[in-house]
Amino acid sequence: MLTAEEIQEIKTETAHYPKREAGCIDALKIVQRHRGWVSDESVRDIAEYLGMSATDVDSIATFYNLIFRRPVGRHVVMVCDSVSCWIMGYDRVKKHLGERLGIDHGQTTSDDRFTMLPIVCLGCCDHAPAMMVDSDLHSDLNPQKIDSALEKYK
Amino acid sequence: MKGNSEKPLTERMHTDGSVVDLQTYEQAGGYQAIRKVLHAGMTPMAVTEEVKAANLRGRGGAGFQTGVKWSFVPRGKDVPNPTYLVVNGDEMEPGTFKDRLLMERDPHQLIEGAMVAAFAIEADIAYIFLRGEYTLAAERLARAIAEAYEHHYLGKNIFGAGCNLELYLHLSGGRYICGDETGLLNALEGKRANPRAKPPFPVVVGLFGKPTVVNNVETICCVPHIINNGAEWFHGLSKTNDGGTKLYGVSGKVKRPGLWELPMGTTAREIIEEHAGGMRDGLKLRGLLPGGSSTPFIVEQHLDTPMDFTEMPKAGSRLGTGTMIVLDDHTCAVGMAWNMTRFFARESCGFCTPCWSGLGWAERILRSIEDGKGKPGDLDKLAFQAKMWSPGNTFCALAPGAADPLETSMKYFREDFERHIREHRCPWS
Repeated sequence: MLTAEEIQEIKTETAHYPKREAGCIDALKIVQRHRGWVSDESVRDIAEYLGMSATDVDSIATFYNLIFRRPVGRHVVMVCDSVSCWIMGYDRVKKHLGERLGIDHGQTTSDDRFTMLPIVCLGCCDHAPAMMVDSDLHSDLNPQKIDSALEKYK
Repeated sequence: MKGNSEKPLTERMHTDGSVVDLQTYEQAGGYQAIRKVLHAGMTPMAVTEEVKAANLRGRGGAGFQTGVKWSFVPRGKDVPNPTYLVVNGDEMEPGTFKDRLLMERDPHQLIEGAMVAAFAIEADIAYIFLRGEYTLAAERLARAIAEAYEHHYLGKNIFGAGCNLELYLHLSGGRYICGDETGLLNALEGKRANPRAKPPFPVVVGLFGKPTVVNNVETICCVPHIINNGAEWFHGLSKTNDGGTKLYGVSGKVKRPGLWELPMGTTAREIIEEHAGGMRDGLKLRGLLPGGSSTPFIVEQHLDTPMDFTEMPKAGSRLGTGTMIVLDDHTCAVGMAWNMTRFFARESCGFCTPCWSGLGWAERILRSIEDGKGKPGDLDKLAFQAKMWSPGNTFCALAPGAADPLETSMKYFREDFERHIREHRCPWS
């Protein structure tokens, strides 16, 4: 079931469009903001609320990489692997993160603290290599900077 | 805003990275262009004509003339309404980091530009489509939009001139393909972002089936300055026939990677040597992608070509977004081609066969060459694939954009590819 708060937030967004179902991506993001990810049940709830089929909502949810259809850790580390970051040392960043967290892309640490994912160019190419943790951008990465950045996320 | 400025887009920005708020923007002459338009009785066509005369070409990469695009919007009381303005802030082209600066540092410039553009195309609803990862831009744009509403610069009867404009910020759910204008429209309608067949073009059948203009952030930011200072002044900013300044950027192994507002038509050599400080010590430049990872490579012999929409094609490339990615002699050209092809393969929307099938195939071939498992004949297969991605074989520009850097890397750095296959290893690793 969607909470009253989620419904209120979805209503605010759908009011921006002439059709209710246009708010589908906003609704998915709102539910994810509250729950961390989008479950099958949430897909059905959103579909019912917007007057769509669950299949349609799921086809949209699975298209967009910032919508998580599986549970993630408390914090999501998104590592830019596009070309400028690749030139400036993505491989070293990825290796260090992998060793430090003990996981590969798409995996979550056993304490549910971090999930690591690849991400397309973060538009931070003059300060490459870069990554995002949740909504924070971290740039000019080296092993020390990665370690101190991760400390902030418990 | 002062007509003597050489850097109209960036001159108000604070050096500490903080945001230019509404008060600061107005003190620097902001919101005068929309006042001029509304109070001096300019017609939508007059605004469109001024932008057309300025030869403002689309800064998202395609370089289409903005005023011409606006003039295609059907007008009059019999046309379907509303007409929409959509600002494309889905900056996802690898190597591109210019619109982020404009949205994070001076959001009111973008809002005023959207107001003038909406007036010109007679739109009373506008959306800013922002990529989801730009969280600071989202926060600052949302605040700036709220400030503008508080001052009744947005909403009903703006500036008491009888015009209405609602401006909404939409945060994307991700995927590179949302940057394609018709993919973006589908995303804004809450659908999967598969690009649409054209024609009909969005200016006639766009968002929710209504006439829609989609313009890039940097393009829209130029508009208030053209209205304030005139088309002739805008031409004067440029070194070439494409008007205005341009945000040029450099990433890769140069001494000072960065972003600079310079006259349109500045050469790559000047940007790299004077602004980016040249290559890092001990490294040589082998080539560069002038405007993001879907533009063809240029090499040493092209560095004195003016970087604009007209001249770059003569060097076999395109201006694209104007933010260049530099390849040095200690970085593997095959690895770089593989990285970019993998990006395009992953970001294909999955609709057209040459794209979803071919890009993945090419990515696997490139990876095997990079891993020392390349076979004779692989380069012919790659060339064949790249040919299949040419315009006309797919709905949108994603696959053609993947072909350009791959074909030109095989042209300029062919020996690197052959050496990988011959020696069964990457000589750079």
